[in-house]
Amino acid sequence: MFYRESGDFKKTYQDDSQTFPIKFDRRRYYVVMAIAFLVLPMFMTDYFANAMMIPFLVWAIAALGLNILVGYCGQLSLGTGGFMAVGAYATYKLMTSFPGMDMFSVVLLSGFVTALVGMIFGLPSLRIKGFYLAVATLAAQFFLVWLLNKVPWFYNYSASGQITAPERSIFGIIITGPHASPITGYLFCLILAVGLAWVARNLTRGRLGRSWMAIRDMDIAAEIIGVNPLMAKLSAFAVSSFFVGVAGSLFFSVYLGAAEVTEAFSINVSFAVLFMVIIGGLGSIFGSFVGAAFMVLMPVLLKNILVGGFGWPTDLAAHLEFIIVGALIVIFLIVEPHGLAQMARVLKEKLRLWPFPH
Amino acid sequence: MSADFLYTVEVILNGLMAGVMYSLVALGFVLIFKASGIFNYAQGVMALFAAMTLVGIQTGQIPFAHLINAVFGTDVHHFGWQVPAFFAIILTVAVMVLFAIIVEKYILHHLVNQEPIILFMATIGLAYFMEGFGDIMWGSEIKTMDVGIPSGGSLWLEEYTVGWAAEGERYWGMYIDKLDMVATAVAIILVVSLTLFSQYTKTGRALRAVADDHQAALSVGISLRAIWVIVWSIAGFVALVAGIMWGAKSGVQFSLSLIALKALPVLMLGGFTSIPGAIIGGLIIGVGEKLFEFAVGPMIGGATENWFAYVLALMFLVFRPQGLFGEKIIERV
Amino acid sequence: MKIKQLATVALTTLAVSAPVAADLVFPSLSYRTGPYAAGGTPVADGYADYFTLLNQRDGGIGGVMTSVPECETGYNTAKGVECYESTKGDGALVYMPLSTGITYQLIPKVTADDIPLVTTGYGRTSAANGAVFSHVFNFPANYWAGASRIINSIMDEAGGDISGKNIALVYHNSGYGKEPIPTLKALAEKHNFNLTLIPVDHPGQEQKSQWLQIRRERPDNIIMYGWGVMNQVALQEAANIRYPMDQMYGIWWSVTENDKLEGMGSHGYKGATFHNVGTDYPIFSDLQKYVVDAGLAAGDGSNVGTVLYNRGLYGAMLAAEAAKTAQAMFGVKDITSGQMRDAFEALDITAEVMAAAGMPNFGPAFKVSCANHGGPGLAGIQQWDGKAQEWKLIGDFEAPDMDVIAPLIKADSEAYAKENNITPRDC
Repeated sequence: MFYRESGDFKKTYQDDSQTFPIKFDRRRYYVVMAIAFLVLPMFMTDYFANAMMIPFLVWAIAALGLNILVGYCGQLSLGTGGFMAVGAYATYKLMTSFPGMDMFSVVLLSGFVTALVGMIFGLPSLRIKGFYLAVATLAAQFFLVWLLNKVPWFYNYSASGQITAPERSIFGIIITGPHASPITGYLFCLILAVGLAWVARNLTRGRLGRSWMAIRDMDIAAEIIGVNPLMAKLSAFAVSSFFVGVAGSLFFSVYLGAAEVTEAFSINVSFAVLFMVIIGGLGSIFGSFVGAAFMVLMPVLLKNILVGGFGWPTDLAAHLEFIIVGALIVIFLIVEPHGLAQMARVLKEKLRLWPFPH
Repeated sequence: MSADFLYTVEVILNGLMAGVMYSLVALGFVLIFKASGIFNYAQGVMALFAAMTLVGIQTGQIPFAHLINAVFGTDVHHFGWQVPAFFAIILTVAVMVLFAIIVEKYILHHLVNQEPIILFMATIGLAYFMEGFGDIMWGSEIKTMDVGIPSGGSLWLEEYTVGWAAEGERYWGMYIDKLDMVATAVAIILVVSLTLFSQYTKTGRALRAVADDHQAALSVGISLRAIWVIVWSIAGFVALVAGIMWGAKSGVQFSLSLIALKALPVLMLGGFTSIPGAIIGGLIIGVGEKLFEFAVGPMIGGATENWFAYVLALMFLVFRPQGLFGEKIIERV
Repeated sequence: MKIKQLATVALTTLAVSAPVAADLVFPSLSYRTGPYAAGGTPVADGYADYFTLLNQRDGGIGGVMTSVPECETGYNTAKGVECYESTKGDGALVYMPLSTGITYQLIPKVTADDIPLVTTGYGRTSAANGAVFSHVFNFPANYWAGASRIINSIMDEAGGDISGKNIALVYHNSGYGKEPIPTLKALAEKHNFNLTLIPVDHPGQEQKSQWLQIRRERPDNIIMYGWGVMNQVALQEAANIRYPMDQMYGIWWSVTENDKLEGMGSHGYKGATFHNVGTDYPIFSDLQKYVVDAGLAAGDGSNVGTVLYNRGLYGAMLAAEAAKTAQAMFGVKDITSGQMRDAFEALDITAEVMAAAGMPNFGPAFKVSCANHGGPGLAGIQQWDGKAQEWKLIGDFEAPDMDVIAPLIKADSEAYAKENNITPRDC
């Protein structure tokens, strides 16, 4: 009913290879962007920004990063929490060592630092595969957290090892710290999320992305046809860690404002990002956003319904939240194992053919 | 003998015992992975759930008391009876079997032939579900596990060995926890009976057949569904044993589910598909991390065990990517 | 929980979602789930019950009803943000987040939003410097005071001299557990004892290495900063190696009803505390009459009188007294969070105030000032009696070694001020 197509009339290669080949999708994309950039900031409250939109965007960036590694390159990783911690601590060190540096540079530099660390921990992937690799990346998770907790230099020798984000800005607009308005924090994350999604989209359909996918589909075959596995795997680890590092940086500086490595970047974070990627859809940019939305907004929604709406005791509600989220994960997997993105894709195909499905 | 040498021996022995405790958890993973190719993340939560159920039955707790009280305005907590440990264990096993049937019927049955990562994800969903469900059913306070397992250092051993050190050195005899000894005995019995079961019974052979090749097993008339129920029941039983042993140490509480993290390096080292691998992997990890903490830990600030276990396993994997006892990975184009 | 209570809860939550300005709102960021649920539940119960009692018995504070909207954090900082943002708009007067991680994260936020943050016995120790941390209060005692009080108690037992003794700190390897290290190092230098640091990683299920080390080295005393499952495992292991329990001290988060062994297993185990134990106070008969018997208790009422319940009760009492102070100071009944902050700074908890609240000698008498948000740091010593199966207060509320702590507080808070561009206030 939305789609009015009557055939395939592409005349140029450009038409054929664009991200949104259907006009309706393209327009919808512009509308979504317009809403995100222009309409939402008008309704931005502290709660809406800090409890929903900012965490959603930050997690979406992390999910994008992990999706590059797991979804596009087929390397299962559970070290995301550790890499986010690297991003966060790099941000803290940069913010406190160079007070004049603007936030964009801080965040991007933190991403590069994380990319380096990610490459080092990506080396075992040349030998180890599948679940063995997943468990091996846990070594990165636990070691990085231990290291950041143990060496006082990382947290400027404070008594407890907690790090707090000082106030920093870009062009005089405050981005971090308690005086930042929810709108700027949201827009800052949004710009980065959209920019990185654009980068991810273009990387994955280029030469690099194709070499990742070749490795994912069958690494030996890929090697035979001339894909260098060292380059492909390490570049996937680097790009993925860059995204994850940026997410960790924002997670600490814009979202939480203060963090402690053992609590904020524990193994649960690694699992949470993996959920998002799988629930959203492996190998899908859109899926990363949907997955993040599901895992961030669902609990908030459930909490507000159960506690705010029905007035249940908070502990019962929290337990029920676990039950419902767990059951939903299983149900989604049974209905559509390839994630919410695949669901959307199937729906779109159906709509394109509707009302004449044959 | 010098005290340092004796201390090292003590650390190694305790490391071996700790390794056995890890193996108990790892066994459950291996059983399920072998039979169905599922990396069962919920194994830790299963151990917690089994332990909670055992204590709940033993002390006559009313299931869902908190929920019932909240909805109906009643004030009920206990039936007011105590069930002897032995019967409570049997009842808990029955609950775990029921659990296996439910999991097979409502989850696995619908996910046949999916990719491993999807199945892994489904078990994570299951873990979430059981975490909430277990707490609602039995409450989240700390419970004491009391099935009559002795604990504490063995006095006899201490007195027997105290004279071994050279004169004048600070040495107080060898320390081994009685609970660990029991755990070792239980683990040996468990592994032997599991091996006997899989080698010499009809069901056991069917299990191995399914592990080798699902489709071939199906075609000779083995019911995949029945096998999965059996495997998950056995894994549930192993989870119960692990829950009892770990619960006796720390009390039954939420953190019990985190023992799964201790089992992962063991799995990695021993291979996901080998029962002896789980035991030997456990022993290597146990000794390795304890020795490292003993020898190197104090120099670099301690609390190294969590990551060192993984790094140790990682080092082994670099040389043997399928784990020590895992099936050789054969890749063809 | 009765239907009636469910209805009240429903009504209060509805009332909160549509804020009624007439209520004094004391949000409770609790954790009844997750790895630390067993510790979080009693505190949240005590906090809520005290305000229920005030509502039922006195008709609120100064004639204004109170409400305690509860929000579940699960000891998770991200959920803590959600909880803070969702409750702060309803006129929240004070936050007691009950988690070191959430405290650190709220410190800048509450300062910007002009809401006081009260962390009784946890949080950031250097927040005692009111000149830097204008909105954070950590009376009556903090981790450094607790560490110093424990060392003092050890000194008393050793006859005043502990030089050459070996003392081991077994700590949760996180921000919370690491807090006392600088203090203990400074004290070790002052009193010439040897300090061994033994970290235990979260969650702390497996501590064999740590306790084998303790068994080898036989420290004269053990100080434990643990939380959650770590405490139970540590006590079990201590009993296993037959470490003398009366030489083992816990900070107040390691000496609760959860942290004991069956029978006489942990008889003699000691710990620091900043409030009294037991139910031998007039307030408990009122609680029984107005709250528990009326079916209005938070939780199932089984926690009443436990150490952590008393801690929640004590925190609530301090908040209520501050609200009364604010009402008197500003002559209005519907106070704002800013007025509440001023009241906390002028808070004077005397023996009479505590007696009037039905809790005579429940905690130390103390006074807060603009420069000192931590009070004098008085802490007592409690001991587990295995025969009676209860905690007993054996050491009075005494001042810690402020000569050691004060410079540390100054240094740490100034470093924070510098990092965050805060100009300390004139006090």
